[in-house]
Amino acid sequence: MDQLVVAGKAYSSRLLVGTGKYKDFAQTRAAVEASGAQIVTVAIRRTNIGQNPNEPSLLDAIPPSRFTILPNTAGCYSAQDAVRTLRLARELLDGHALVKLEVLGDPHTLFPNVVETLYAAQTLVKEGFQVMVYTSDDPIIAKQLEEIGCVAVMPLASLIGSGMGILNPWNLQIIIDNAMVPVLVDAGVGTASDAAIAMELGCDGVLMNTAIAAAKDPVLMASAMRKAVEAGREAYVAGRMARKLYSASPSSPTAGVITPAQNKAA
Amino acid sequence: MISLTVNGERRRLEAPLTAAQLIASLELTGKRVALERNGEIVPRGQLDQQPLSDGDRIEIVIAVGGG
Repeated sequence: MDQLVVAGKAYSSRLLVGTGKYKDFAQTRAAVEASGAQIVTVAIRRTNIGQNPNEPSLLDAIPPSRFTILPNTAGCYSAQDAVRTLRLARELLDGHALVKLEVLGDPHTLFPNVVETLYAAQTLVKEGFQVMVYTSDDPIIAKQLEEIGCVAVMPLASLIGSGMGILNPWNLQIIIDNAMVPVLVDAGVGTASDAAIAMELGCDGVLMNTAIAAAKDPVLMASAMRKAVEAGREAYVAGRMARKLYSASPSSPTAGVITPAQNKAA
Repeated sequence: MISLTVNGERRRLEAPLTAAQLIASLELTGKRVALERNGEIVPRGQLDQQPLSDGDRIEIVIAVGGG
């Protein structure tokens, strides 16, 4: 069976989804279910301290017993903050080691700060975390993150939350060709065809949040993304035909047509 | 009384106080939270043995929606 293997664990779904920007936890759960995702990202934030004691909990809607929870470091702008956040996440999730590292460089673009990302990855790997790392689509940085010991490299397709799709498929191609760990497109997917293209390029998976949560019908879009990732993967594994501008090779037999083609040379 | 900074807010509480008692006073007992005291994680199993001191900076976090 064709499975995504991350840090030695196999997943039948290659679509990873976030849990941000939904109307409520019921919609979050419905979208996650429709996506078929098994790995689901969450953020780590200060709890309210008595202002709202009966606030519902995300992890009741998305229970860790059912999903692989992937805590992220969204909002962290330094290696130190990212490491601190994930130590808290590990405690929160009972020693769970699989994490998503992202260190941002700029609140306007949310572009990753790859220097801080490298520092954070080194510390986290030493501390026993299994690091899935968000990065730019720079093949050299992607390789360095792999060499540090990250269990998956997750380059952006375009900026976080932009929905601009895959802006540089050639860089992604180079990253995929060189990688010995899974490569997942993380950020920038806008619609189903973007996810399919990522998978057709040979990505091992796609991680998305806004493309589903900001759709007019998030649950339906989650279902579309599930199919797109599956279709793109199958097309990649099947191996596409070669591109040729003129084929002179019709799909139907050339013999036996009831009105034979005129010989234009005559 | 001791004064703590909890999630960035100043709180005055009766001493002696453990981390578990602080969590109880915030009505967070039984919720899935993680607690950090002056930058160091206090493991869940040690919350009821961890005394808090005047001036401690405490962070208490949960999982929320994110991508």
